[in-house]
Amino acid sequence: MLIKDFLSRNSAGMIGAVLVVLACLVGISGPWIVPDPDAAFQTDIVNRLRPPSMEAWMGTDHLGRDVFSRIILGTRGALGVAFIVVAASMILGVTVGTIAGYEGGVLSAILMRITDVFLAVPQLILALALAQLLKPSYLTVVVALSLTYWPFFARTAYAETKRIASGLFVEALFSIGASRRRILCYHVLPNIAPAIIVRATIGIGFVILTAAVLSFLGMGAPPPTPDWGVAVAESRQFLPEAWWFALFPGIAIYLVVLGFNLLGDALRDFVDPRIRRSS
Amino acid sequence: MATFLFGERWPCFSRLRDVTVLPDLGYGSMVRYIAVRLLSLIPSLFGLILLTFIMLHAVPADPVTSLAGENASPEQVAELRARFGLDKPLVEQFGIYVWQILQGDLGNSIFSNRPVLEEILARLPATLELITFALVLAAFVGITLGTIAAVRHNGPIDNIVRAVTISGLAIATFWVAIILQMVFSMELNWLPLRGRFDVAYPAPPLITGFLLIDSLLALDLTAFGIAAQHLAMPMITLAIPAIATIARFTRSGVLETMQKEFVDYASAVGYRRNRLIWIYVLKNSLSVVIMQLGLLFGALIGGAVAIEAIFDWPGIGSYAVNAILNFDYKAVLGVTIIIGIIYGIVNIIVDIIHAFVDPRLREGI
Repeated sequence: MLIKDFLSRNSAGMIGAVLVVLACLVGISGPWIVPDPDAAFQTDIVNRLRPPSMEAWMGTDHLGRDVFSRIILGTRGALGVAFIVVAASMILGVTVGTIAGYEGGVLSAILMRITDVFLAVPQLILALALAQLLKPSYLTVVVALSLTYWPFFARTAYAETKRIASGLFVEALFSIGASRRRILCYHVLPNIAPAIIVRATIGIGFVILTAAVLSFLGMGAPPPTPDWGVAVAESRQFLPEAWWFALFPGIAIYLVVLGFNLLGDALRDFVDPRIRRSS
Repeated sequence: MATFLFGERWPCFSRLRDVTVLPDLGYGSMVRYIAVRLLSLIPSLFGLILLTFIMLHAVPADPVTSLAGENASPEQVAELRARFGLDKPLVEQFGIYVWQILQGDLGNSIFSNRPVLEEILARLPATLELITFALVLAAFVGITLGTIAAVRHNGPIDNIVRAVTISGLAIATFWVAIILQMVFSMELNWLPLRGRFDVAYPAPPLITGFLLIDSLLALDLTAFGIAAQHLAMPMITLAIPAIATIARFTRSGVLETMQKEFVDYASAVGYRRNRLIWIYVLKNSLSVVIMQLGLLFGALIGGAVAIEAIFDWPGIGSYAVNAILNFDYKAVLGVTIIIGIIYGIVNIIVDIIHAFVDPRLREGI
């Protein structure tokens, strides 16, 4: 009911939801829906750099592999990394943020100071450095991005918790002897959840983009893993002739990130009536 | 622009603005404010150095082995290690490093063996030029788009602007850079593919470090043209996400301001609509946008890393990428620290501008 209400109100959010669901389906079922699994991995020098045709809808790359199949197969990696990074950052960030927001005092000051220091680190440079030092793989990308992304969740959780914790009902709970853990887990957390979910939805799009930059610069998934960022990087030597090789992976990134951003925006409008009114 | 940003006096209007006009603060309190803010940077910077240092050294990788090459004997590796001070315990290394920084020395690059600070300062103007012009472009386009969208609220133009801004935040800038290169350099041959200036043409004398400004100061229009051509694509690419962010915040700010009573009053007493919107409404709406500028600056420095690498822009972003590829700890640390300092200073400047534009905030100073 709530979902129907939400979608009927917001056509942009609807488009976003459709894109996200499609991307997730492709990510899950990738290996089974690919037109020709062999064409995605096997080198076929005779058919290298062929323009889009009926056999290869998006052309072939410099090793004769099918660009379309590799885009389909790359979805899982991109989404997987983004989901894990956002989940890990969310757990760490929300823990730090709620504790700092509820406690106040010295502990809060220290926690938020640490958060600010992490925020001041140039995210991409640190992620690149970590990825390079740990040898490129999906795991390093996940570690590097989680370490640099959690402060955003901590900030949101902190601000929201502070707002909720000043409410009368928290004071009432405290006065009837509810434990700190009970107040935080059963009363504060559900109240800050909407803001966190909005942050997470937009965060997935953001992490997909950052992870793509890492692979583009050669510090993501090692070849021959199908990856959108790597594909754009590899295409550079064959431009402008092999335009399809550069164009389509970028469009794939765009559509998936667009989906998450549209959905996140719609969720925010839905959750926060104040913004809903002004837009 | 300057009077518009820093507030001219409108006697007839001052009572109408829905802000409490506070007495202007004296020169002394401003200096004190800036001093306090600068001092508060020190613990943050220390934290930043500590954090980066720990992260770079916690991982099991060894720059010396890769620098010495595969054929190096254990003695050679040990000697290199000793030369860079990497044989000492980590705590001692950190202590030495912080002591060096306090003396204004960021150490020597493991790779080129030149002072890191010198290398970074030589490349800093290129990055600052790129970021500054990208930010100016983004502010100009973003504020215009956002205001038009708010005025034509829910109309077709608003929808187009919304589509543009949402796309701007969803698009991968490295991909845009490559598509632009493909179209405008490789196919049409209008703009240079990479670099910051033409090697065949004498560079303008170094004054500000910004090639566009230096060539104008030298009255060398050819050099200005060359510099502008090289700047165009990286600047536009970098500006795209910033345009989107600024347009969004401008739009919501203007929409909010237009509901205020002073707008109704001003239009009732006969202020022309364009003047009312583009001067009075906009001035009251930009507060949110200015707050975003500091964050945007940080985002642009991050974005510049990939863009500089693609366009061979000789700034600190491409320097950082090379340093990372070469396992050059000192250089990576140095870049991080310099960016941290710049980021801190920019945020202080943004807060000061903000206080100028929005008198409500001066109370907090």
